[in-house]
Amino acid sequence: MRDVAIIGIGHTKFGRAAKTSIELFSEAALQAIDDAGVELKDIEALFQGAALPGFEEGQVMPAGFSAADLNLGPIPATRYEGACASASVAIRDAALWVGAGEYDMVLAGGTEKAVIMGVPFATRTFAMACHAPTEGPAGLTFPGVFAMAARLYARNYDLPLDALREKMASVSVKNHRHGALNPLAQFYNKMGDLKVEDVVNSKMVADPLTLLDCCPFSDGASTLVLCAAEDARKYTDEPVYILGTGQGSGGPLSKMEDLTKPDSRISSAKTAFERAGLSPKDIDILEVHDCFTIAELIALECMGFFEWGEAADATAEGQTELGGRIPVNMSGGLIGKGHPIGATGASQVYWIVKQMRGEAPKGNQINPFPEYGMTDTLGGDFGTLCHIILGRSKK
Amino acid sequence: MGKGIEMDKEYLVLTYADYEGGIRDGKLLGLRCAACKKITCHPMPVCQWCSGRTLERTELSGEGELVTFTVIRIPSEGFEDDVPYIPCLVKTKEGPSVVGRLDYDTERATQELLGKQVKLSGAYTYKGDKFSGGPRTCPVFSLELSNG
Repeated sequence: MRDVAIIGIGHTKFGRAAKTSIELFSEAALQAIDDAGVELKDIEALFQGAALPGFEEGQVMPAGFSAADLNLGPIPATRYEGACASASVAIRDAALWVGAGEYDMVLAGGTEKAVIMGVPFATRTFAMACHAPTEGPAGLTFPGVFAMAARLYARNYDLPLDALREKMASVSVKNHRHGALNPLAQFYNKMGDLKVEDVVNSKMVADPLTLLDCCPFSDGASTLVLCAAEDARKYTDEPVYILGTGQGSGGPLSKMEDLTKPDSRISSAKTAFERAGLSPKDIDILEVHDCFTIAELIALECMGFFEWGEAADATAEGQTELGGRIPVNMSGGLIGKGHPIGATGASQVYWIVKQMRGEAPKGNQINPFPEYGMTDTLGGDFGTLCHIILGRSKK
Repeated sequence: MGKGIEMDKEYLVLTYADYEGGIRDGKLLGLRCAACKKITCHPMPVCQWCSGRTLERTELSGEGELVTFTVIRIPSEGFEDDVPYIPCLVKTKEGPSVVGRLDYDTERATQELLGKQVKLSGAYTYKGDKFSGGPRTCPVFSLELSNG
């Protein structure tokens, strides 16, 4: 396999958009093309994450129309759907195809336009990534699944639920602090000085998770230009290399051994580390899938950054803040930045690349700039997991 | 060497329709594996523990332990009339876990419920919407009296 590099990145404003999902993708794609300094005609294939376009705009097969919108000609263009991990699996497959030598330069990313659905229908369509036959009639929602995981986490580690709620709230406080500094975030200039008690006392969504434990519904897109690493320096002085990826699949909740230790995430992260020849101690910055506060804690433990049961205290102590042991979600994460589900994986990569270039917003930039970074993206209730390890230098 | 395809072989010994029908009849149906003797529930085409291919239908006791639950306050479209309600995860006495609902006072549903013994006490049938493939049924559990 050849090494693969990211040479261009694009990212729309996250929040509520008037543009169509395909227009959002085109906007991010053209930014990435300009960032890379390449031409549209150089693009040989398009890999697009899009989770629910049929429900949002009555549009399936959006990837083909995205290629057409960008006048890319009859190149292969494929939609990837892994619920909230759609863009990450698209990027992973794009990297594998470029690595295999089938293409030299491709576009990969994702797009979503969820706000238009409204909360009840959006909640319904998101819950379609739960196991429909068994979890459907139970009336599970995504907050519901993670609420169940939070209760189990408290029981597993003998934590009073109220104590866990406060520790979880520190995830929201941290991620909103950084989201408020990010001009592309849904909550830019908002909720930057949130307090733990604000989170704990906000409206209950699925006991024990409140509204401020949850990420919002969002519109937005993010796109990358990938090319063979051997060509990368023709286009940029600052390529970022894809050093390793992993993907894992889960299943119905009832078949999981422990909701707080999903095998899909453990296996996917382990594969990514093996491919990259790195371990958690090598990673300088993380963007993890904080769809809910408890989800960030579970992610950090499954990926090996903290021992089982230790991420809650570590987060409350500031170990995942700027200047801490491992800064997590300095973009604001899904909670502060927004979560256009088909685009999120690409956005996570975008913000790691910005950190590596030293271009993250003031107050979010880690210093020294990270050498190695990693993304973690979760689809469904642990049904699709994907990890991408990035580096400023090749292995 | 491949064995070819037996055209009339039924690969699914217990379907979701069978499983949901069983719940409506007050029974929790599953599958016993000839190889490892363990129980699979809800149904799968192969044993959930060892991937064994020889399975026979069986009925579970309906008894188990409450692993976790939540109280849904902001529901999906179509579940507005149920709010608040309690989805739950139950580990059956026979081994496999199942998702269902807990019949319990939502205002008294606290963390102390985790680990309590529960028993199948009924069925909940969601009427379905355009996307659900028809009505869907899940088990309903109640706390066993011995819990006090």
